[in-house]
Amino acid sequence: MSDTLLRVEDLCVDFPTESRRGRRRSVRVLDHVSLEIERGETLALVGESGSGKSMTALSILQLIPEPGRATAGEVLLEGRDLLALRESEIRAVRGNRVAMIFQEPMSSLNPVLTIGRQVAEPIRLHRKASKAEARERAAELLEAVSIPDAARRLDDYPHQFSGGMRQRVMIAMALACEPDLIIADEPTTALDVTVQAQILALLKDLTSRLQSALLLITHDLGVVARYADRVSVMYAGRIVESASAGKLYGNPSHPYTRGLLQSVPRLDDSAQTRLVPIDGQPPDLANLPTGCAFSPRCPQVHDKCRLERPELDSVVAATDDGPHTRACWGPEQP
Amino acid sequence: MQAYLLRRLLALVPTLLLTSVIVFLSIRLIPGNVIDLMLSQNDVSTVQDRASIEAALGLDEPLFLQYFKWIGGVLTGDLGRSLWRGTPVSEQILARLPISIELGLLAMFVALTVAIPTGIYSAIRQDTLGDYVARSFSLVMLAVPSFWLGTLVMVFPSVWWRWSPELEYTPFFQDPATNLSHMLVPAILLGLSLSAVTMRMTRTMMLEVMRQDYVRTARAKGLSESVVVLGHALRNGLIPVVTLIGLQAPLLIGGSVILEQIFMIPGMGTLLLEAVSQRDYPVVTGVFLVVGVSVLLINLMVDLSYGFLDPKVRHQ
Ligand SMILES: Nc1ncnc2c1ncn2[C@@H]1O[C@H](COP(=O)(O)OP(=O)(O)OP(=O)(O)O)[C@@H](O)[C@H]1O
Ligand SMILES: [Mg+2]
Repeated sequence: MSDTLLRVEDLCVDFPTESRRGRRRSVRVLDHVSLEIERGETLALVGESGSGKSMTALSILQLIPEPGRATAGEVLLEGRDLLALRESEIRAVRGNRVAMIFQEPMSSLNPVLTIGRQVAEPIRLHRKASKAEARERAAELLEAVSIPDAARRLDDYPHQFSGGMRQRVMIAMALACEPDLIIADEPTTALDVTVQAQILALLKDLTSRLQSALLLITHDLGVVARYADRVSVMYAGRIVESASAGKLYGNPSHPYTRGLLQSVPRLDDSAQTRLVPIDGQPPDLANLPTGCAFSPRCPQVHDKCRLERPELDSVVAATDDGPHTRACWGPEQP
Repeated sequence: MQAYLLRRLLALVPTLLLTSVIVFLSIRLIPGNVIDLMLSQNDVSTVQDRASIEAALGLDEPLFLQYFKWIGGVLTGDLGRSLWRGTPVSEQILARLPISIELGLLAMFVALTVAIPTGIYSAIRQDTLGDYVARSFSLVMLAVPSFWLGTLVMVFPSVWWRWSPELEYTPFFQDPATNLSHMLVPAILLGLSLSAVTMRMTRTMMLEVMRQDYVRTARAKGLSESVVVLGHALRNGLIPVVTLIGLQAPLLIGGSVILEQIFMIPGMGTLLLEAVSQRDYPVVTGVFLVVGVSVLLINLMVDLSYGFLDPKVRHQ
């Protein structure tokens, strides 16, 4: 039996927009998103910019920015619905059982507080540790994320750290209470390519040592191939394909996934292989087509795709490494 | 740090010299001069009288010479003597300055205790009824001059309830309670009028800061909203507000000149107005000099306080 840590089911998030002629309208930013993460596993969430990856992450901890609301669905952490928790209850989960790392290391740390204080904060809060204990633990954590001379840098401020160092600090902060789940929202996008690999390797290493699960959000499929156990692909606020990393690479079934894979340069590719970008523009969530949201850009579109929206449950050939689902009317093989 | 401080203080010198020239000349350009005033009180006004008084007061010399004599004195700590009383100007100023500083500090205290909590509240309850009330109140305080409010406070309570604010000045060290009860009403009026801009600035800055990524990080750690606002956001939001406090120093001083008059407080403002109406040139220039120095020092202190609030500045 699988050991499910987090199960997101049919999560919908709406943002109210300007009411026109007295009628309230809203944009559906997440549309029946479902995910599952097992204890200790790494799930990658991929998709173009604006597809709703960050929103999914924020919803898990009830951190959706105003005026957005989760209007339907459940976020079950070991069976307990996080969306139904009261403010004080969800606060006990944040930073403790589920921790987050954000995309922007330069702006995600408070510029006027010392690194030591910021790393120690969740320990003092959730572990009720004394100031001295928390400080000691903060030094250990900074050491664990390979910050040289960690103990002496506790009293430094964020501006004295480089971007890569700050992201290490963010990782230390996220690990502070040894969470069951770490959500890393594009943790390396803002960093130099050379630093990216180090940070990801560090993240992967530390999460596996703590046996924490990792929800790794990225739009870089190269990253996915190396670090993820399973992958969910998002498009226009929906999950369009979900499979083990191996299956997804070897046997992508949704035309959007295939498009994404083709647009990524591969290390083993010969130099003359051309990068194929996906045609067309990312969709406007306020004006989605009636049928499949990808249909205007899909190379294999047919009539049914424009009329009816495909659901995720169409199971592709059964596999031994977990289910492989997709939301598409087209043939399973191109 | 000390070198920096010294450099900053030296940089004040040209500004002060320029101010002194302007003040020195402008008071002498006001129509009606001190000799006329003195003579008009004595009925006897012969040409000889006029000349002898002028000579005695040193007003017969060319302006630039008077200026150099005066500024020379200032540099050695001598602000001259009052034309009317003959006492040293510095003595008069020293007697009045603490009173004005007390009023200023009280007003600043009122301004900040009103403005900062209200500004924070308004920001975190953006577009609620409370926010509208706070913003409307600050607009009113911005629009209504404090001397008008001062007059209202003098007139209406006495008409309605036969109550009027204390108007007898008691030195603080003689009877602190009576002194404070006298100073409090003008301090509140002055403070409220200063709080308007500070409150709006605090609100704007808090709204800005609450959108920052590090506030989201703080929430994601599980901190309560009050720790997020007061522990993480506020210090960032206050950095620009502190600048504003420095910029408001002239307003504070200007406002207290008028309120000291209305509430009969014998501070620098009262001294200045007396001196101007008597054309007591050395007193007027002396007061302006002290005010100018104070404004510049307040702004210097504001600049220095950045170091405490903003670690980036501290490490430069
Ligand atoms: N405050 C908001 N109000 C209205 N719509 C919003 C708001 N924030 C985000 N959205 C919309 O939600 C959608 C999903 O945004 P999200 O940030 O989750 O995308 P993403 O997949 O993380 O993209 P990226 O790769 O750029 O980070 C976007 O289309 C965006 O326009
Ligand atoms: Mg994002």
